[in-house]
Parts: sequence; C-alpha cells; structure tokens
Amino acid sequence: MRRTVITLRVNGETHSLDVEPSTPLLYVLRNDLGLRGPRFGCGLGQCGTCTVLMDGRAIRSCMRPVSRAEGEITTLEGLSADGELDPVQQAWIDEQVPQCGYCQNGQILTAKALLDRNPDPSDEEIRQGMNGALCRCMTYYRIQSAVRRAAEANR
Amino acid sequence: MKRPEEFPAGMEEALVPWEGSTSRRDFVKTSGLFVLGFSSVGFSGVGGIGRNGSGDPGEANPYPDPDYLQLDSWLVVHEDGTATFYVGKTDGGQGTGTAMRQMMCDELDLAYDRATLVMGRTDMTVDQGGSGGSDAIERDALAARRVAAEARRVLLELASERFEVPADELAVSEGVISVAAEPARTATYGQLIGGRRFDVALTGRNVNETTGLAAVKPVRELKIVGQSVPRYDIPAKVDGSLEWAVDVRLPGMVHARNVRPPFAGARLVSIDESSVRDIPGFIRVFREGNYVAVVCEREEQAIQAAESLALEWEQPETAPFPSSEDLFDYMRGATPVGAGTGTSPRPRVEGDPDAALAGAASVVEAGYDIPFQGHTAIGPAHAVADPSDGQMTVYTNDMKPYSHRTGIAEFLGMPPERVRVIWMEGPQLYGRTAADDAGFEAAYLARELGRPVRMQWMRHEETAWDTKGPAFAIDLRGGLDDAGNVVALDYRARIANYAHVGYNQADTVLIAQLMGIRPERPSPGGGRGPDEMYHIPNRREETRAVRFPLAFETPLRTGNLRDPNGPQTTFAGESFIDEMAAAANADPVEFRLRLLRGTTEDDATFRRARSIAVVEAAAEAFGWEPRPSPREPGDGPILTGRGISYGYRVQTAVATVAEVEVDRESGRVWVKRMVCAHDCGLVINPDGLESTIQGNLLHGISRTLYEEVQFDGERVTSVDWRTHPTLTHRDAPEQIDVVIVNGDPNPDRPDLPHYGAGEPSHRTVPAAIANAIHDATGVRMRRIPLRPERVLAELTAAGA
Repeated sequence: MRRTVITLRVNGETHSLDVEPSTPLLYVLRNDLGLRGPRFGCGLGQCGTCTVLMDGRAIRSCMRPVSRAEGEITTLEGLSADGELDPVQQAWIDEQVPQCGYCQNGQILTAKALLDRNPDPSDEEIRQGMNGALCRCMTYYRIQSAVRRAAEANR
Repeated sequence: MKRPEEFPAGMEEALVPWEGSTSRRDFVKTSGLFVLGFSSVGFSGVGGIGRNGSGDPGEANPYPDPDYLQLDSWLVVHEDGTATFYVGKTDGGQGTGTAMRQMMCDELDLAYDRATLVMGRTDMTVDQGGSGGSDAIERDALAARRVAAEARRVLLELASERFEVPADELAVSEGVISVAAEPARTATYGQLIGGRRFDVALTGRNVNETTGLAAVKPVRELKIVGQSVPRYDIPAKVDGSLEWAVDVRLPGMVHARNVRPPFAGARLVSIDESSVRDIPGFIRVFREGNYVAVVCEREEQAIQAAESLALEWEQPETAPFPSSEDLFDYMRGATPVGAGTGTSPRPRVEGDPDAALAGAASVVEAGYDIPFQGHTAIGPAHAVADPSDGQMTVYTNDMKPYSHRTGIAEFLGMPPERVRVIWMEGPQLYGRTAADDAGFEAAYLARELGRPVRMQWMRHEETAWDTKGPAFAIDLRGGLDDAGNVVALDYRARIANYAHVGYNQADTVLIAQLMGIRPERPSPGGGRGPDEMYHIPNRREETRAVRFPLAFETPLRTGNLRDPNGPQTTFAGESFIDEMAAAANADPVEFRLRLLRGTTEDDATFRRARSIAVVEAAAEAFGWEPRPSPREPGDGPILTGRGISYGYRVQTAVATVAEVEVDRESGRVWVKRMVCAHDCGLVINPDGLESTIQGNLLHGISRTLYEEVQFDGERVTSVDWRTHPTLTHRDAPEQIDVVIVNGDPNPDRPDLPHYGAGEPSHRTVPAAIANAIHDATGVRMRRIPLRPERVLAELTAAGA
C-alpha cells in the first residue's frame, strides 16, 4: 500500500499528513483536520454538501483524491478568518436562510465562488450558478435572496 | 469568531463520554457551563427528584428520567440571573427551539437573550416524545409555558417573603422584581434563586398536562411572542462552528458501513472475508442473518471494505413487489387486507351516497395515482454509539430520542436507564428520523466490539432503503345537481402502507428485520381521506391497504413522511373538487366557498370559518379573477394558469394558489408564483413561520414535479439524485407570498391558541399545481410526479 506524506494548505495553514493518496479530500478534512464545514452527502459529486474552495473555485471534496488537492483550500471555517464573517455568511444570517443547515456549507461556498467570479449576477445567473447545490429543506428561495443581498453588500 | 450563543460550547462539555468510575456529581464539578444546570436540575440530587422520589438511583441507574412533575427538571435560574430551559422536543430547522424559548421567556418575564434552551437529551430533558406531528408549538410549548409561569409565580413568592410585601404589590420586568410602591427595592431572579433548586412540585396526569398553580399570560401581555426573533441556531450553522451528530468523534472510535442485500428479500449464503482482510485498518465483518456490516479504523477504509466485500446471496423465488411501472394496476387489482383492521378502517359514510349518485344530474369520475416517495435526506443516516462501562450513549439526530432510547435498550437487551440518547442537529427529519436505523446499528456494533462506533449510510443505501411515503391509488366519484351543487362524494383509496416502521420499534427497524426479528404482523400505517371542512350531504370515504409479497426487510417499508398521507390524499381530493367545479362551469374559488358555506349547523363552524378565511385571503392576495377553468389557451410556447387548493390539518387551515408556466415544447412546468394563506392561530415568530411555510411549499413542489421511487421486480432502482431527483435552484418560484390569517370567529380572546405549522401547508401544493396546469392547458394531470415527459405526453394526446 502506497503511503506518502501529503502536504495540504487549508485555511492558511500547512499540514503534512501520512495518508493513502487516493483518500477523498473530504475524509482528510473531517477526520484528520477535525473540520466540520464540509459534510458527506452523496459521495458522487451530485449534491454539493462537501464543497470546499480550491484556489477560489468550488470543488466537491468527496470526489477529489487528497493527492490532487493542490493549491489553497478554504472551508466554511476559513471563510470567517480573523473573526469577521464573510459578507456571504452575513447575508445568510440576515436572510435567516438555513433550516436544518446540513447543505448550507455547500450553498455558502458555491455562492462565494459565484460572486467572486461574477460580483453582480442576474437572477438567472444565480439560478444557474447555484443549481448544483441541493437543499432538501428547499431553502432555495431564501438562498437566492441572500446571494442578491451579498452582491449588494460587496458593491 | 466568538460564538453568539453560549450553548454550543456547553454542548461540547456535555459530550465528554460518561465514565463509570466518575459519578455524575464529579461530572457536575468538572463540566463548565453545565455546572449550574446540572447541580440544580438533579445530577447532584437525583434521589430527591427522581420519578419515584425515593432512594438514590444514581448507582444502579446511570441515566434516570428527568421527572416532569418537578419544576427543576424544566427550568434553572443561574446565579447571574440567566436561565436554562430543558424541553423534550427536537428542532428540524423550523425554529421550534427559538419559538419555545420565546414563549418560556415571556412567561418567566426574562429577556430572550438571557436564556438558553436544551432539547432532546433523554438524561436531561423531560420526555415530551421528541418531534412529530407538528405538535411542539401546539401542545408541548403550552406545558412549557405553564411551567415557566409557575417559576415566575414562585419567584414572586420569594420576593414577597424577602420584602415582606404581598406578591400583588410587586412588579416584574426582565428578571428583576421590585416593590411597586418603592421601585428602589429590587431583587434579581439570580439573587432570589440563582444556582439553587426551586423544589416545587407540579401536577398533571401526563407530561402534556404539566402545570403549576400559575396561569399563563393572556395573549395581550405577551411581548416576545409575536416577534421575529432571529433563530439562535443559525450563526453556528453559517460559520461552521456547530458540532452536529455527524461530527462526533470519541477516543478509540472506529468507522462502520453496512452492506445491503442486492435484491429485496435476498438471503445471505456466505461471505468471503478474505476479500477485505488486506484492506488497511480492517477490523471486522459482522453478520447476523442478512445483516452485514464492516468496521475499519478509518472512514474511507470502511467504505472501501463495504464495496469490496465478496458475498453470495440467494434471490427469493417470488418477486418481492411489482415494478413501479405496474404499481397502480397492481394496487387496484390486489385484494386489500381486511377492512376494520389497521390500515383498512371501516368506511366512513354520511347520508346515502349511492342513492345520491344515482339521482344526480351529472356524475364526475376520476382516478389519481401517487407513487412511493423517499425522504432522501440530504445527509444519509448516521450515529455514534459509545459502549463504555456497561452503558450505551448514542449521539444521533433521531427526532424522537426517547423512543430511540427505549427501542435500542430493548433491541440490545439492556435496561433503559443504562442507555441514553443525545439528540444533536442533523439533516432534515420530516419523519425519517422517527426510526433512525443508524443509531440501532451503531449501538449494536459498539456493544459487539466494545469500542465507540460511528455508522453512516452511503447515498445509494439512503435513497434505496430509507423509509418511504406510501403510494396511493385513489378513485373518486362526485354527483352534481342541476344547479351545479355537490350532492354526493365517493372516495375510495388503496394505500401501499402495509410495512410501516413506526417509531424506533425494536422489531421494525431495518437491522432487526434483516436479522430475522419480526413483529407478530406487519405494522400498519395510518390511512384516511383528505381533511377538509366541505359540507357534502352524502359521502363515503374508504381507505384500504394492499400488501406486497415481501412485508419484512423490504426497501419499500413505509414511514411517516412530512404531513403523512396529506399531500397524496389532498392531491386527489382538491384536484377532484376542481374537476367538479369545471363540470359545473364554476369558478374554483367560488365553488369551494359554496361548499364551505353549505351549513353552519354543526360543530365544524369554527373550522369552517377559518377555512373560508384562508380561501378568501389566498384569492385576494393573488389577485384572483373569478372565472371557470380552463382559461382560453394562449398561442405562444409558454402557457400560464392559476390553481387553488385548500387543506386542513389538526387545527391549522391553509389555502394555496399556484401560478404556473407550462412549456408546450418540453412539457416542463415552472411554478412561478405561490400565495399561501395560513391560519395556525397565535403566531410565535412570524419570520420563522414564513420560512417554515416556504420550505413546506417548495418541498411540495419537489414532490409534485419530480419525486418518485422507482423499482423493478427485484430491487429499488432509485439510488441517487439522478434516479430520485429533487427540486433545484432552477425551479425555485420567482415570488412566494405568505399571508398570515387569523380567521377565528372570535379573534380577540385572550387565550388564543397556537397551532402547528410544520406540515399543514405541504398538503395543498400538489393539487394547486395540477389545477393550475389544467387552467393553463385544459389538460388534467392525475399521476404524480408531473415530470416533463409525462406532461408533454398528456399535452400531445390532448392536442394542447
């Protein structure tokens, strides 16, 4: 069994880990680094619950082998560095978005990546950009309001 | 960041695993924030407030039940004047905890931010049954209000003694009691009782009746109730700091995954353990009957082992169930199980429906089909179980932790007092976690292994094997007189609800059934027609269950799914009302109002008045123009229409109008706008209510347009989000208007009740959409879900 020391940059810190290189990033983040933001939803890249940012792009950590997790990884915890909430997170609180909240990690990070590349999305662009992030409490209506609110706050 | 709430930090303290050698007294001393709570609630004096009030059950009974007849079990005032409330409910994200805290603060006269609320721990909160039936606000919060009012009364008594002034000459404001005539003389709640026990007995034959001597405040004196207080659980859900059940990690904990039969009803012949023995971290394969699980040191290892394990299964000779293609023919053709038992109660008959139908000027007939639908939680089932020192602690998002505890105790043959269940946040409940299989599995494996075990299901397992909302085939006949009035209604339903799992029963959870444990007969689920308040003089309602060959260890086992049976029966009932309105050439709103105003001479007057109020409010808010449906169809590629649906659940009345766009070329339906008029009595938190209703409506759209469990004659073939699709961002309505109605004929009474809101609006959605499609296109959709290919086929067949 191949075991190599893997170096990961997560939320501004560097970690050296002795794990099987094919291990999905999700389990390393959760079980080795103790992070709670990314959560298992499907393991198939269909739902978005496990989303993290890699160099600012939203990726599915359940599908990404840890050996291919290059670049700077940001999880939900890393979004509010220095005690200051990201405007996207603040919008989520202001709109009282979550119900159960299990998927909201993916919703928030997908919105963050969307707004970073398109600071002023149209309603249609929000629907398109957020479409892969599923919510079974169906908070889509409030999520879309929160994305619009965060876009305004960034302006 | 600093957490806005103290409570999550305390929860971590509470998560320190119990150690047999440490008494709870020591635990109290070492557990930070909870010291005050525990020391007052009874961890230091269990004998005194134990249910039987005798002895010290602490040694023999590690986790005694908190006694609902003691004020201290519900409410603790700390030295700094803050309070902690303990309630036996759980919160699925609809703001139940926030609302209960608002209500208790109001009764106690304490500012909202000076209190915290603990929910759903069997060793710490009184048994209010956990969640279900949208009853937390309607029923359980009333008991909690009475207890908080009693605490306030006792505090006034204490102040009266201290000041030597009669209690009625004292004033109370936000946790401070003062002498009305001498405002400088004050005492805080903290000074009066902080950190000490009330030692006040309550009365009540059961927990729902719990009361002290004090009465709750009249509605006009409630200040926090009625405000849109932000939910306390949201900040920690948004910044990633909340510890969920899925996050629990214990020293020595290992990871488990199940291996399910590849065919429903398959028998396990053999396992080749050598197929997984070389996987790093492999610990053990467990097998009992047809139940198989693997345990490894790391999570991804357990997943790999479950995928790699070589097993030989024997397929049953008889097909376990029909295919989903043949489901409705099967249900209509099958001999139902005996009437008058379980799922097949005797028909309810009023008047003489057969004679009225025979004498009607016209008769309308239609049949409606609703398939099995999954809960398909966004996060698959999971739990952590800790078996240390002969006890069992289960960390779970089971919405009914109390029956989870008794069910697991029975399943493992342990005394219930050595089992405790700690509810933590998790993916949506909606009935799925009323029988959370993963907690039983984790507890079983943990006991066998002697180590803490974390179990989580995979996606294919959750979608294929979770509990299902039952399929319905419903046939309706209605009779109209010459004037278009409904004179008769005949409702006959077949329901595939013969293998219902109930609440955490030790013989119906999946692990038990796969092990060969059986109840005497399959557990029946409920089955009744739509609840509405229409006055129809002659009617029959009959619901009969049909069974499939495989009644146990079946992936088509049913369980309560949000508003159990409401969406299915209301889809048929409210679609059919629309069909009769069309036959009578009547406006659908006016037609419903006529049926609701048919009589005032029975005890349904209160319900009818509130039903009329919501139908009128929904129509008005939508801008409903009276006319019969369907409308003149447009020429363009997009057809638009509106539809209304009304429902009544327990004591909550709802009417919903949907505006849809139907794409003629693709068959895609988009619900562009929804208006929901909602009367659940006294509103505790308007924004929380609106959020809950929005969730109900969108979940309803998802079930109407997309959701269906598919299966062939061997297995469930819905295994992921492609094969059991759900609503997405693309489908969200452009506008949702929630209209809060108070249709009480006497709306100013001081004791206006608060009814449930977690589910009632859900049931109105399918028919509102189907009626709107009919309005837009003239085509009547009678088979859920209304996926594009099905809509397109109907449009093509009708030439629309």
